[in-house]
Amino acid sequence: MYTARNYVKAENLAQAWELNQKRANAILGGGCWMRLGKRRYDTLIDLSGLGLDQIEDREDEVALGAMVTLRQLETSSILEWNFGDLFARCTQHIVGVQFRNCATLGGSVAARFGFSDILTALLALDCRVELVKGGIVPLEQYVTMDRDRDVLVRVLVKKAGSKPVYQSARNSQTDLPTLTCALGEHEGRYRAVIGARPQMARVLEGDSLESLLAQTKELPYGSNMRAGADYRRHLAGVLLTRAWKEMEVKQA
Amino acid sequence: MTITVLLNGAKRTDEVQADTTLFDYLRSHGCLSVKCGCETSNCGLCTVHLDGKPVLSCSVPALRADGHTITTLEGLQEEAAEFGAFLADEGAEQCGYCSPGFIMSVLAMAGELKNPTVEDIQAYLAGNLCRCSGYQGQLRAIQKYLQAKGGAKR
Repeated sequence: MYTARNYVKAENLAQAWELNQKRANAILGGGCWMRLGKRRYDTLIDLSGLGLDQIEDREDEVALGAMVTLRQLETSSILEWNFGDLFARCTQHIVGVQFRNCATLGGSVAARFGFSDILTALLALDCRVELVKGGIVPLEQYVTMDRDRDVLVRVLVKKAGSKPVYQSARNSQTDLPTLTCALGEHEGRYRAVIGARPQMARVLEGDSLESLLAQTKELPYGSNMRAGADYRRHLAGVLLTRAWKEMEVKQA
Repeated sequence: MTITVLLNGAKRTDEVQADTTLFDYLRSHGCLSVKCGCETSNCGLCTVHLDGKPVLSCSVPALRADGHTITTLEGLQEEAAEFGAFLADEGAEQCGYCSPGFIMSVLAMAGELKNPTVEDIQAYLAGNLCRCSGYQGQLRAIQKYLQAKGGAKR
């Protein structure tokens, strides 16, 4: 469990950003992952008073506040209407309802967890992130940027009409995923995302299942206590094929 | 630092540290039904309701509960006893250590889901681990409880 000397409920984003410039400070999302560490923080920065727990249905995009919980993502009718069951599917195996009522979107995205189901799903969509100082940048770019001390405000998800499908494999139901896979389609071009390799999710693009399958074989995979690299490489093909079949059924 | 919360219907103001968890705060204020079972945000034993929603009190900083309503099993004794009778009828109370968190989740589910299927129930309660592993008895108890309340599918 972490320890902290101070706790500040930020009054505005400028204050949150200012406080976050100090290396000993940290922004507290849901706290579910942070509590597993033993770091000593000077000040915990709480964004829960800034209205960032909203899912906003805008004209051509859906704006997801950084403090939106995973349970909100799972049960939102706005997200279901626009993106099908993608968000429900990518969250439903994450521990349990009481965990998902705590864990936040911002915590998953800003931390760029390799095992993140959320990042895998978001990367299958056309997403941008809104940062306090960095402005708006594509999610795909954000996840590869060097980590700085900027503050994630929202994730902006473009309404594209396509509804990606989601697959994951786990050793037990509520465990971290062994591998995750999302597949989306836009105007005949397919976008596959393979995550929990166990490194961070990677995006592949192609115009056929065969081309995507060939790319999954070339991705780097790693081994950990959940699975070996070779198994993950094989699993990537399995999940991608399942996702492809599911997408065909949905499109039919 | 000071927090003011509505705990089991009673308003109270207390001093807490920056890193005090809601779990430690509740235990230190007499809510001994709230238990720690894992230290990894995984087991569901410490489940309480924060503004009516089930949360892991081990992961929520006490300061984040400032201005909010917290309900523990101590605040839902009548409802807990009612459901507990169904657990006992099915022999599903077992060692009892996970029961408080489990009952808090069941009561939250009963309020949140309309006519849940077996799969809905299993999915909702996936975050409540039972070391005795007697999940089938718990499932029967929940189904019979919900049927008695007028809302469960076979």
